[in-house]
Amino acid sequence: MSDSNRPVLEVENLHTVIATQRGTFDVVDQVSFRLEAGETLGIVGESGSGKSMTGLSLLGLVPKPAASVVGGRVLLDGEDLRSKSEAELRQVRGRKISMILQDPQTSLNPAFTIGNQLLEALQVHERDSRQSLRQRAIQALRQVRVAAPERRVHDYPHQMSGGMKQRVVGAIAISCAPRVIIADEPTTSLDVTIQAQYLKLLEDLQRETGLALIFITHDFGIVARICQHLLVMYAGRIVEAGPVREIFNRPSHPYTRALLASVPTVERKVDRLPSIEGQPPPLHDLPKGCRFAPRCGFAETRCHEAYPGHSAGRSGHPRHIVNCWRAEEI
Amino acid sequence: MGDAAPLLEVRELTRHFRVGKAQVRAVDGVSFAVAPGDTLALVGESGCGKTTTARLILQLDEPTAGEIRLDGRDLRQLDRAGLRQFRNDVQAVFQDPWSSLNPRMRVREIVAETLICNQRLGRKELDRQVDAALTAVGLRPDHARNYPHEFSGGQRQRVAIASALISRPRLLVLDEPVSALDVSIRSQIMNLFKDLQAEFGMSYVIVAHDLGTTRYMADQIAVMYLGRIVEIGPSEEIFEAPKHPYTKALLAAALPSHPDTPHDREELAGEIPSPLEPPPGCHFHPRCPAFIGPVCETDYPDLDPVEGAGARRVACHLYRGAAVG
Repeated sequence: MSDSNRPVLEVENLHTVIATQRGTFDVVDQVSFRLEAGETLGIVGESGSGKSMTGLSLLGLVPKPAASVVGGRVLLDGEDLRSKSEAELRQVRGRKISMILQDPQTSLNPAFTIGNQLLEALQVHERDSRQSLRQRAIQALRQVRVAAPERRVHDYPHQMSGGMKQRVVGAIAISCAPRVIIADEPTTSLDVTIQAQYLKLLEDLQRETGLALIFITHDFGIVARICQHLLVMYAGRIVEAGPVREIFNRPSHPYTRALLASVPTVERKVDRLPSIEGQPPPLHDLPKGCRFAPRCGFAETRCHEAYPGHSAGRSGHPRHIVNCWRAEEI
Repeated sequence: MGDAAPLLEVRELTRHFRVGKAQVRAVDGVSFAVAPGDTLALVGESGCGKTTTARLILQLDEPTAGEIRLDGRDLRQLDRAGLRQFRNDVQAVFQDPWSSLNPRMRVREIVAETLICNQRLGRKELDRQVDAALTAVGLRPDHARNYPHEFSGGQRQRVAIASALISRPRLLVLDEPVSALDVSIRSQIMNLFKDLQAEFGMSYVIVAHDLGTTRYMADQIAVMYLGRIVEIGPSEEIFEAPKHPYTKALLAAALPSHPDTPHDREELAGEIPSPLEPPPGCHFHPRCPAFIGPVCETDYPDLDPVEGAGARRVACHLYRGAAVG
């Protein structure tokens, strides 16, 4: 992971806005990060933090016409996706970068067999005989450990369990061997033991193919389990970023610290969890300064007046950064 | 479960559903008791019967067999007045405060509804009690004028809790009470439940899939698999040293709290079988890493105490030799 390697994905100052009746608001604001082959980046945040919109913005799939990406660069293998036309983007999506969504129930079409849905994805990108594409579809199912894939291609989604359907969605995502997969809460609808299987599967696929993963989640447990790097988002902005171990050991933003402390763990009993009072600000009424300031125990005047710039995180790791005025003192 | 007479007692509770010609044994002979002021968590994955059990306790559904006793009185024997009292004594808070609150009602009406239905009170007294309930959950009395859409998720869940509290219940059934809320809001609400329990001495039956939440909230836990309890006992004993192979697998599959937490590479194979055709014998045997032989395939093990495991009971043939009276 030396810095001389060119990252697979490099995002600079991504800026996405959404137009509503009350005006136009920033949903993703000054988001920058990089991702190398084989790495897993977690994006953690609450609803409205902009984590899902970040994922959609990378692919140019923000809900139109309300939302639009208005600034920044998204470099995939050095090519800026933002300067591509819709037709060019279609060639990139699925083949170089693809997405797994939360609910396999709604990402699969109930009226077609899963074999057909895999073929559809393959046919967009590959000019090959139907027969050999069919073999590739079966191969993709085998890669996600679906038993007896030759028979399973004839199944409809309703004949499969939730965990199995999510594997099929995974098979579609990897069928054209993309470099990057964005997974938006892919295990939220799965049971605990099935979730464990799925996370293991993603790790294995990564080892086999050198795939880079972006894992969008609200769950620090998932981050601890499979991510190496982490972005913590709050109200559309990154509040802290860096290697997962460094952030868990030395969380530097008051929000990250409070959030990590407020999650109950299965490993021990705590008498009382600290909690963060208040709630995230609504999009149409974002604070002028640091967006966490109204809920922050450390906030002082400058926190309410201007947004803080980057500073080094408490771990001292070169990639650990925090956006907090008082990062040095607290 | 203490020596005090239990507030809630469930014996051999059974609920079978007919699906075409087949039968789903959603809840299949479940027994447990909850002491006053105690919290019991029902733990398990989809299809284990935890939600059906909660619905049966709430009388939202009727058992096929078995009994539920509140304060020693069998619910089937309650007359109209008894049922009315039951509805005051047992209240519920559900997962999703977007769908559990009527959007056309003001908070005052939502919160007061139980009292209006079950007690005859004057308007003044009603207002006083609504104020008290809203204050108890950390809302302001003037919030009573608002509609649910004017609140955030956490506040809505507080409204739902206020409406459950107002009849001074002795038992609250909590069905995934924080899983629809934002992470930063969850601990506020969990702490609120703990404070209310300390203040009013209510018992809780909580259904939660998140094991961290369960460990934080529960005094006792009952682990369910395909309609049956496989392990039950004091929460800390079970989290510290699970006995049933399924409990072990479930806890091992829980997500770590830190990247350096060692995790079990050996994850549970296979999926939960269809409740339409649960495996014979111990339902868990096809996935069981501790499978010991034909007995697992033929006999369902009783839920018995296990030597050296305190007040706990485990349904597993592994411990059969060591089982005590």
